[in-house]
Amino acid sequence: MNVIISLLAVIVLGVIAYVGVEGAGLRVLFGVIIPYAAVLTFFVGMVYRVIDWAKSPVPFRIPTTAGQEKSMPWIKPQPIENPSTRGGAIVRMILEVALFRSLFRNMKLDFRQGPKVRYSSEKFLWLFAILFHYSFLVTLLRHLRFFTDPIPAWVVGLESIDSMFKVEVMTPVIEIGLPALLLSGLVLGGMATLLLVRRLWIPQVRYISLPADYFPLWLIIGIAITGILMRYVIRVDVVGIKELTMGLATLSPALPDGVSGWFFVHLFLVSVLFAYFPFSKLTHMAGVFLSPTRNLVNNSRAVRHVNPWMTEPVKYHTYAAYEDDFRELMVEAGLPVDKELEPEDESADDKGEKE
Amino acid sequence: MATKLSADVLGNIDHKPPKQGWMDTKPEFLPGTYLYPVNPESLKAIGAPGAREWNPTESDWKLPADWQGTIKAGIKDRLNRFRSFKLFMDICVRCGACADKCHFFIGTGDPKNMPVLRAELLRSVYRQDFTALGKVFKKMAGGRPLTEEVIKEWFYYFFQCTECRRCSLFCPYGIDTAEITIIARELLNLIGCQIDWIGTPVANCNRTGNHLGLQPHTYKENVEYLLDDIEEYAGVRIEPSFNRKGAEILFVTPSGDVFAEPGIFTFMGYLMLFEHIGLDYTWSTYASEGGNFGFFTSHETMRKLNRKMYAEAERLGVKWILGGECGHMWRVVNQYMDTLNGPATFLEKPKSPITGTVFDNAASTKMVHITEFTADLIKNNKLKLDPSRNDHLKVTFHDSCNVARGMGMFEEPRYVLQNVCNNFYEMPPQTTREQTFCCGSGSGLNAGEYLEMRLRGGLPRANAVKAVHEEHGVNMLSCVCAIDRAVFPALMDFWVPGVAVAGVSELVANALVMDGENEREYNLRGEEIPTAGDDDAGEEE
Repeated sequence: MNVIISLLAVIVLGVIAYVGVEGAGLRVLFGVIIPYAAVLTFFVGMVYRVIDWAKSPVPFRIPTTAGQEKSMPWIKPQPIENPSTRGGAIVRMILEVALFRSLFRNMKLDFRQGPKVRYSSEKFLWLFAILFHYSFLVTLLRHLRFFTDPIPAWVVGLESIDSMFKVEVMTPVIEIGLPALLLSGLVLGGMATLLLVRRLWIPQVRYISLPADYFPLWLIIGIAITGILMRYVIRVDVVGIKELTMGLATLSPALPDGVSGWFFVHLFLVSVLFAYFPFSKLTHMAGVFLSPTRNLVNNSRAVRHVNPWMTEPVKYHTYAAYEDDFRELMVEAGLPVDKELEPEDESADDKGEKE
Repeated sequence: MATKLSADVLGNIDHKPPKQGWMDTKPEFLPGTYLYPVNPESLKAIGAPGAREWNPTESDWKLPADWQGTIKAGIKDRLNRFRSFKLFMDICVRCGACADKCHFFIGTGDPKNMPVLRAELLRSVYRQDFTALGKVFKKMAGGRPLTEEVIKEWFYYFFQCTECRRCSLFCPYGIDTAEITIIARELLNLIGCQIDWIGTPVANCNRTGNHLGLQPHTYKENVEYLLDDIEEYAGVRIEPSFNRKGAEILFVTPSGDVFAEPGIFTFMGYLMLFEHIGLDYTWSTYASEGGNFGFFTSHETMRKLNRKMYAEAERLGVKWILGGECGHMWRVVNQYMDTLNGPATFLEKPKSPITGTVFDNAASTKMVHITEFTADLIKNNKLKLDPSRNDHLKVTFHDSCNVARGMGMFEEPRYVLQNVCNNFYEMPPQTTREQTFCCGSGSGLNAGEYLEMRLRGGLPRANAVKAVHEEHGVNMLSCVCAIDRAVFPALMDFWVPGVAVAGVSELVANALVMDGENEREYNLRGEEIPTAGDDDAGEEE
C-alpha cells in the first residue's frame, strides 16, 4: 500500500510537470522558479538542520566501541574501531562515510528449528547501498557539464571514465553506444530499483517501510528513467538544455524554445528531490557526520569532558545522613563511625567537661 | 521460577511479521512477558513523580493529570539536551540492518523488538508533533498521536530492551537504540510508569548504598560468612577492613556479589587476591553498590547514585578507586562518571602499589577495573598461580555488552583467563567481542516475573554457549558482570544444562597459591577439585 501511494505520488508529479509545460506552457515556473526555489530550500534547509542538530549538545561521550580500548602498553589497542585519539576517530569516520564500514559488518540471522541460531555474512545491502551512493555522486558531478562553460577537465575525465564500458545496442528504438553508455546513470537506477525490491522482498523490512521510504526511491528511479530516456531514446535538444542550465547557473535564466517536456519532468523531479531533502530521512547525508556514537574519541576515563547543562551540584544521600540512619547498628557491628553514639546515661556532659 | 516454556516452543518462533500494520497491533500483557509496576513507596523515597498504585493488565493506568503535556514537554526538553536523541529521531532510513541483531527479536519474533521499530514507537510521536512533514501529513509521514495506548506500548517494549547496543554496531549511522530507550524510560519515569525491579533498587541504593537494601551490619555479616568459607576451603583467614579511613584504595563492586551464588564466589576471589598481594584497601558499606540502577531511570538519578563513590573516596581519604566485575557499573564509569561528578581532584592518578604500573587510561576518573589490575599483576609475575586446579573446567568467556560496546575491554579478561586455566575456548566469532550477545536480562530486567522473556532474550547467547559446550565440552561460562552472574545460571539450566557460571576473579582465586594455604581439595564452591588421578579412577568405574 505504502509503495503504491508513493509511486502514484511520483507519477502525479511527473504528469504535473509534463502537462504544466506542454499543456499550460508554464516554462518559467518549471524551468526557473521551481528549480531555484528547490535549490534554495535544499541549501537553507540543510544548513538549518545541521545547525539545529549542532545546537543540541553532546553531554556525554558515548562512542560505540568496536574493538580493544587503549589500556596498558602491552595490550594492542584497535585505534580505529575504538579510537583513543582525534586522528583515530577521523579515520573511523572516513571509513564510515566513504566505505560504509558498519554496514559492511552486517550479518544475517539464520534461525532454524531446534532452535539453532546461526549467522552468515550479508553484504547485499552494503553493496546496493555503496553502488547507489557512488553512482549518485558520479551522476551528479557529471551533470556539471551542463552548468559550466568551458567544462572543467576533471568533469570530462570523469565522464570518459564513466563511459569506458562501451556497449552498442542498435535497434530501431534504442541505440545504445552512440552516445557512449554512461554507467553511473544505469547503476543509479538499477541500485535504486534493487533497494526498492529489497524493501518489498524482506518481510521485516516491508513491515517497517513508510511512504517516506518508498517515495525517494521512486523519485530517484523516475529521475534516472527520464534521464536515460533523454540520453538514449528520446531525441532532446541538448544545445537548448545547456542554454537553459547555463542560464540558471549564471543567474540569467534563458528559456529556449524546443526543449522537450520530458526534460521538464526530469528537472521537476530533481527539484522535488532537492526540496524534499531537508525535511526527510535523506538528511542522513549530513547527520552521519554528527553521530556521537561514531565521531567521538573513547577517552573519557583519561580526559575530563564537561556537560554544559549538568552544572548544579547534585543532591545525594550523604554519608552523614547514612550514618545517622544506621549509627547504632554500625557501632554494634564494629564498623567505624564519624560521630560516636550519644551515651544513654547522660554522662556526655561530664566527659565534655573533662576534655 | 517455573516456566511453561520449552525449547520446542521457542524452536517455533516465527520471525515473519503479522499482516496487520504495527500501529494497529497492541501489546498483550501476558504473564512472563511484562514487568511489575514500581512500588509507589520507592518512587516517593527518591522524590520521583507519578507514585500510585496501578496494574499494567488493567485498562486504566491511572496516568497523572496532563500526562500528555508532561511527555511532550519531556521530549522537547531532551531534544534540546541530547544531540544523540535529536539526530537519531531524524536520520534513520529504516534500512533494517539492525532488525535481526536484537536478542529479543531473535527470541520472540516480535517485530517491535526490531531496534528500528522499537525506535519508531517513539519516533512516530516525535514526527507527528515535532516535524514539519509530520504536522502536515500525519500518518502518511509515519506520525501518530500520543495516546494512552502508546504509553502502554512504550512501557512494554522499552522495558524489553537491555540497552546492549548490539544494533548500534551495525547501524550505518551509529543510531544507538540504547540512547532512545534511555530517553524513553526517562519519559515514562516522568509519569511514574517505572518497573519495580528498577525503582525499588534505586530507592535502596540511595538510602542503604546497595540495591538489596542491605544495612551496614548485614553487609559486613555477609562478608564474614564468605571469610569463613574461604578459611574452610583454602585454609586462610582473611581480615578485611570496612569504611577504613586512610586506606590507599577504595574497592567498589556490585552488591550482587556479596549475597548470592555464584556472585559470592567472585567476591571471595577479590578478597583472596587482595590478601595475596597485601593490598592496602577498604570496602565501604555506604558506597556498597557499583551497579548503577539510576542508569535505567534518568541521567539525574544515575548521577545521584554515582556521586556516592567519589564522596566516599574523599571522606576515607583514599588515593584511588578499584572497581569490581560489573557491566553497567563500568558503562557508567567509562562514559559518564567523570562528566557527572568529576573532577576527582582529591584522588591521585591510579598507580598499582604492587607493580608500579600507572594507569594512564584512568588518569581522570581515577578508577581502575579489577580485570585490568589483575592482568597487570599477572604480566608482572606478582601472582603465584597453579592453573591446573581449574583443569576440570572447560571455560568460555562472555563479553558483557557494556564492557564490550561501551568501553572496549576485550583482551584483559582473556589474558587473565588464559593464565589461570588451561582449557579456554572461544564462542563463535559472530557472538563475541564487539558482536557479543546480551544475557537478555540486563538494564534492570532480571526480575523473576519476567523469566519467560529473559529466556527468550538469552537464547542467542545460550546458543553460542551450546555450540562450545557440544564441541569442546565447555562447562563454565565466565564473565565480568554481576547481572550476568545473577541471571545466567537460570538461563544455562534451561538452554545448556551442565554449564555453570563464574566471575573471572573466582577462577583467579581458584588458581591462586596463597601463603599459608592448605592443600586445596575444595574450590570456593565447596566442590571437590578432581585431580588427574581421580579423573582416571572415575573413568574406570
